[in-house]
Amino acid sequence: MSSSSQSSTPIKSTGLHVGEIKPGVAKKDPILVADGVRRQFGGLVAVDVAHVEIPRNAITALIGPNGAGKTTFFNLLTGFDTPNEGKWSFNGKSLAGVSAFKVARMGLIRTFQLTKALALLTVMDNMKLGSTEQPGEKLGASLFPFIWKKKDEEIETQAIEILTRFKLDTKKDDFAASLSGGQRKLLEMARALMTKPELVMLDEPMAGVNPALTESLLEHILNLKKEGMTVLFVEHDMHMVRHIADWVIVMAEGRVVAEGAPDEVMKNPAVIDAYLGSHQDTDLGTVTGRITLPKKGKDS
Amino acid sequence: MDFLGILSSTASFILDPTTMAYALAGLGLAIHFGFAGLLNMGMAGFMALGAYGYAIGILTFGLPWYLAAFVGIGASIVFALILGIPTLRLRGDYLAIVTIAAAEIIRLLLLTAVFTDVTGSADGLTGFNGTGGTVTNPTPGAGGFNDANPIPSGEYGFEPFLDNERTWFIRIVGMLILVGATFAVWRLVNSPWGRVIKGIREDEDAVRSLGKNVFAYKMQALVIGGVLGSLGGLLLALSTNVNSSVYVTSLTFFIWTALLLGGAATVFGPLVGSVIFWTLQAFLGLVFPALAKAGLLPFSGIQAAQIRFIIVGVILVLLVIFRPQGIFGNKKELTFVK
Amino acid sequence: MNLTATTRRAMGRLSAAVGAFVLAFGVLALGAPAHADVVNPELPYKVSGNVQNEGIGVNGVLVTVTGGGGFSAEVSSDAEGKWTVGVPERNADYTVTVDESTLPDGIAVVDNPETEFVESNVQTVTVGPGGRVAMNFFIGQGERNTVSMVDQIVQRLISGLNFGLMLALASVGLSLIYGTTGISNFAHAEMVTFGAVVTFGLVGILGDSALPLAIVLAIVLSAGLGWGLDAGLWKPLRKRNTGLVQLMIVSIGLSLAIRYMYQFFIGGGTEQLPGSDAPQIALFGSVKLSVVDMVSMGLSILLIIIFGWWLTYTKIGKATRAISDNPSLAAASGIDVDGVVRVVWVIGSVLAGFSGILWAYFRPGIRWDMGGQILLLIFAATTLGGLGTAYGALIGSIIVGILVEASSLIIPSDLKYVGALVILIGILLFRPQGIFGRKERVG
Repeated sequence: MSSSSQSSTPIKSTGLHVGEIKPGVAKKDPILVADGVRRQFGGLVAVDVAHVEIPRNAITALIGPNGAGKTTFFNLLTGFDTPNEGKWSFNGKSLAGVSAFKVARMGLIRTFQLTKALALLTVMDNMKLGSTEQPGEKLGASLFPFIWKKKDEEIETQAIEILTRFKLDTKKDDFAASLSGGQRKLLEMARALMTKPELVMLDEPMAGVNPALTESLLEHILNLKKEGMTVLFVEHDMHMVRHIADWVIVMAEGRVVAEGAPDEVMKNPAVIDAYLGSHQDTDLGTVTGRITLPKKGKDS
Repeated sequence: MDFLGILSSTASFILDPTTMAYALAGLGLAIHFGFAGLLNMGMAGFMALGAYGYAIGILTFGLPWYLAAFVGIGASIVFALILGIPTLRLRGDYLAIVTIAAAEIIRLLLLTAVFTDVTGSADGLTGFNGTGGTVTNPTPGAGGFNDANPIPSGEYGFEPFLDNERTWFIRIVGMLILVGATFAVWRLVNSPWGRVIKGIREDEDAVRSLGKNVFAYKMQALVIGGVLGSLGGLLLALSTNVNSSVYVTSLTFFIWTALLLGGAATVFGPLVGSVIFWTLQAFLGLVFPALAKAGLLPFSGIQAAQIRFIIVGVILVLLVIFRPQGIFGNKKELTFVK
Repeated sequence: MNLTATTRRAMGRLSAAVGAFVLAFGVLALGAPAHADVVNPELPYKVSGNVQNEGIGVNGVLVTVTGGGGFSAEVSSDAEGKWTVGVPERNADYTVTVDESTLPDGIAVVDNPETEFVESNVQTVTVGPGGRVAMNFFIGQGERNTVSMVDQIVQRLISGLNFGLMLALASVGLSLIYGTTGISNFAHAEMVTFGAVVTFGLVGILGDSALPLAIVLAIVLSAGLGWGLDAGLWKPLRKRNTGLVQLMIVSIGLSLAIRYMYQFFIGGGTEQLPGSDAPQIALFGSVKLSVVDMVSMGLSILLIIIFGWWLTYTKIGKATRAISDNPSLAAASGIDVDGVVRVVWVIGSVLAGFSGILWAYFRPGIRWDMGGQILLLIFAATTLGGLGTAYGALIGSIIVGILVEASSLIIPSDLKYVGALVILIGILLFRPQGIFGRKERVG
């Protein structure tokens, strides 16, 4: 991997917050703001976030122990689930009551913890689905190829470009079902990029990914930021979080318990407590890390 | 045993309007299930609406036949909307139970004595195609479907397709509808629209996360498939009387069998599947009684005619287990989403 | 099944014996009376009649004549009770309906005592080559309004409870199978029919007096059917990891194959089990139940109690519930899932087979597709209670049973299943987890 030496020392964005660092701290330029978002399942409160802001053009990690409500929070923010109360906005526009597909159209794209590659479609068709500009997706227009043929070719060119970057271009005519788990994660991310999003929300991008692929995945995430996008991701692996995140938000039992720059947060007693209970002298990375990050660049 | 006679009668089913009608319904089901992943177990209801809508349009509303045809199509669209708005958010197997129940409700409403004036109850409706109308119900004498036949009277074709002008007229009309519908479906599923509904079949949340209005697409698929089903019913009504006893759940299951035989996620699968299914049905329905009559099978002719339905069931089971992609489907593209 | 009709029939015999009747004459026999109320006089062929009660003409009775091609005409009887309707075709069938609500109070159409012809206010007549036909309705006194509303409601509730208990036997099995395997088993209908058809076959071999033995044997064979289906079909499919939709369609194919196999063996007609014409015993008011009904309800309740005990207290019953709750967790905690599923199939099949025998008495009659007739009601009951919860299916069945039977007090009886199906759809839309099911947590 040519740029891997670069990837091992990503440039961190700093100075994202305003004022004293505490849970719910204001950001200089927030892209996503959630206020009093609460979701209950029966008697169980899965998410109860008083206030949180996601900084623009930065990589924010959302961490927390199992059952902290991270995925549910993702679902709420993206319209896949509806909170019992609360408001949240993207680029200043309220997302309350906005259906999932409209949220996506506004530039907020998510991926899923369990990869949702469309298994019985080809890799190329998966990619083309990501485009939001195809007029042929309208029922009436679809019957007349001259309306959409040209656009389809443009989309294909764009798709090949992204696939090449993700090293999936040779697989473009294979069914997504034939890809490995890691390749599917890559495909899902590549497909998300086809929508030209502003904010990419990745739900455990590293889960189940072969260690050989993790490095390239990390690099793709870093590239998103370089291209001006904002990334919010859920991850368990502290090594990875420490490595690429500019900002970390910690959830436990549905609430935001801590925020801050990665190294600071890891030292926060509230976080260590949430994760480890009494084993407070252990390094978080050792406990949560599934992968060993390369200390030096190596070619794959 | 007149084996040649049996083969000849069987072959005539290839061009039978009934076969074409079932192929149309199968095509609709291919859109529903094969491409959009919607488990519609109520295709018989859509067909019933197509047939009854046409007949009632003529007999009750006094419409000319070509306008009456749209009554059935319109009814199927309304049915799809009523069914779809609430149910398309349901899980797959729930949708199956809702659609099968809705189709049964339609059949029971067509069968009840309450609406005898309109539906003919158990007797069904007759005499709406122009000839054979009754005195009190002078169906559009010169305006009926049969009277629109431009073919001069006489026998045309060659055995086993030697038939009179009326049969040929229905065949030609049926063929035109079928070819048109197949072409349209082929265009649809190979377009970006088709890509989206195939994506929905695989995982609707993923497609939703890419900014597609999944509900609208599913609704469009439901309506298009339903209209194709109603066209099948219309074709049946053009060729014969309408009776609610035709539109039972077994009919839906037979269409499923024909569809899976040809390949659910293919455009020509339903067509070929229907031809194979109905000619096989006709063949077995003739050959078993003939064998029984010749003393080669140890049971009565009526029993012998039933065997084919047992075989249909067995074929359906074996197909789903061993060749879910159908005869023409791509093994990789088999459509059963787990 | 229609108990009001049965009641009416019995009362009708009584009053017919008293001699109240209405006779309808052919116009040809009488010579067309000039003053008879005539509808469609311009039409060439005639259907006519004469409405009399104890020899006196009944005025203003509404008679509807319908026929093929959408023909329909209404006529009122004149002061002498006569009516005539012109009809368009001869050599055709027409349906003549007397609107009983236009008869004077206390009078309804009853049996013809001579022909044992079943009483109905709807009759079919054939206009033969002569082009004229007379329609005979026998009308008797005192049966239409003598069944008080309360009695009717009580009768329907009891009948509905009986039907519901019978449905419950089939539903709890379906529900358990769904809970443990995820299969929406359309072939459950044929497992219901199986009990009835096998009993019928065994009675044919062993004789009517061996009915109890035949029933026991049929239930043993039902158990065998459940065992065989699981061993021969469903277990191998589980091993292949066949998808749920595929399994559902397999069950549809299986349902078709078995259903037509029944038709192959017993034909397309309706057969009766011995004792289906058991006399009815008056309980109170005009509420009546036959011995068969009582035995049927008693046995249903007994079986359901045994089943409930099994599910709640035995080891396998508990394991069954554990698997319905969370199959992978159950498997991980050492439960033999395959073994339990096998037991569930056997029990489901036994209960279904027994409910089929009861259904044969309740309908009454055995038909090759009798299970298919109630399959959607079974689904409705199961869904209403919450798919996969056996106790829910029990309550759901009783609700559906009473609803179906009671609804025909209000809506025409040929639409009584529609109500249940509408409820099925409504439940799936608004509370898909059913009354007792739990809402699944999303995400």
